Amino acid sequence: MSAFWSAWVTVITLAVIFGCAWLLFATRKGEKFKETTDQTVGHAFDGIEEFDNPLPQWWFYLFVATVIFGLGYLMLYPGLGNFKGLLGWTSTNQWEAEMQHAEEVYRPVFAKYAALSIEDLQKPEHEAGLKMGQRMFANNCSVCHGSAGTGAIGFPNLTDSDWLYGGNPATIKQTITHGRTGAMPPWGEVLGEDGVRDVASYVMTLSGQDAVAGTDIGNGERQFQALCTACHGADGEGMHALGAPNLTDDVWLYGSEFKNIAHTIRAGRAGVMPAQKDLLSEDKIHLIAAYVYSLSNK
Amino acid sequence: MIKHETIEKNIGLMILLIIIVISGGGLAEIVPLFFQSSTTKPIEGLRTYNALELEGRDIYIREGCHVCHTQMIRPFRAETERYGHYSTANEFVWEHPFLWGSKRTGPDLARVGGRYSDDWQKAHLYNPRDVVPESKMPSYPWLFENKLTGKDTAAKMTALRKLGVPYTDEQISTAREDVQGKTEIDALVSYLQSLGKTHSVYTNQR
Repeated sequence: MSAFWSAWVTVITLAVIFGCAWLLFATRKGEKFKETTDQTVGHAFDGIEEFDNPLPQWWFYLFVATVIFGLGYLMLYPGLGNFKGLLGWTSTNQWEAEMQHAEEVYRPVFAKYAALSIEDLQKPEHEAGLKMGQRMFANNCSVCHGSAGTGAIGFPNLTDSDWLYGGNPATIKQTITHGRTGAMPPWGEVLGEDGVRDVASYVMTLSGQDAVAGTDIGNGERQFQALCTACHGADGEGMHALGAPNLTDDVWLYGSEFKNIAHTIRAGRAGVMPAQKDLLSEDKIHLIAAYVYSLSNK
Repeated sequence: MIKHETIEKNIGLMILLIIIVISGGGLAEIVPLFFQSSTTKPIEGLRTYNALELEGRDIYIREGCHVCHTQMIRPFRAETERYGHYSTANEFVWEHPFLWGSKRTGPDLARVGGRYSDDWQKAHLYNPRDVVPESKMPSYPWLFENKLTGKDTAAKMTALRKLGVPYTDEQISTAREDVQGKTEIDALVSYLQSLGKTHSVYTNQR
């Protein structure tokens, strides 16, 4: 703050405080009666009159106390322009002290768990570590994956044993750290609407569902073999390396009905798991990964 | 010495004295802020909202999002652990009006950009309980139907430019076509995804 504005703030602040003090003492001096009497101020309205009593003592001293408090505050804390206050307090250094304290308290705890493998963290004696992972999951992951990790339409269930990219500890950690972007391309224009319906119908049969009437399964299978197997595999069991889901089980990220499957084929899907590497420290990701791993490895 | 009676019986004098008294705080606390570099100089590398984000911001205001969500992370560990780096005044130099909010029914959104996927934001705004069963946020299904015309976008940018937001002629001239035909949900989600992402001075690590 420039010297001018510093002086501006200081002068106005002190003028207001001393002005209040002056007003307080000047009006006290001007009081007609020094004690409580039955004298009125001398005017009446609708028969209502007003006693001309002095300000109660306790009230007067409360005002005095606020003035003293105000001056004391301005001595200790920043308030008068560039004067930093005798305590040297700032909101930033208060925050830094708070963070420093947390660092000292929690760093050893995180370090202890960071040294353990995700498999080791599953042991009962490290329950507290998983509990920390669970709290951080609740804070950072639960809005998509659900507070119990059971997911929602479009957001994978983490409690089953079905994994898009693989469920071993290293892969889970990789997924959390770097994120994932699904890449199911839209086939609507390539296949045409009939083709989409044929393929969708064929895909339903892969998981043991009935084909839909009025579709050509044979054509569906031919198109599937030509277009879909590169990612989903010849038998539709998917591929972890590409995050291509297994189509032969009963886990459906976007719904198992014909219309859901047809929509996925027609318009594609690009589900995004946001990368957490810039958001959460490695030690935190480690514990979250351990918790996620525990969900399907009880 | 002025008597109470004198003040009470001269309304003009009373008004004048009241103005003097109440202006003290404003003159000392508010006026200097208009002249400080920490409040008037934008944070390094700050970019303006693009046309779609700007329209999204107006939808955010229209739907009253700021009534339940703040965009102001205070310098407490409990906040920075959850939301990211605390907010600073120079991040808001081009915000007209400020959307700091005053009450959190939902979480702070100052750095929500990139935290969730677009798909999640859409699913959540369509019906929050589809993805967060515990949520009590209202649903906003009409955002998926309403289309933007872009009729006023350029005018909004011009008005903001008068207030010091450095929109370029090019941004203003293409504003209409940038948003025309887009749905309101596209605009709102692109605004939400930009929050905390219009500069890169702070890491958003929690």
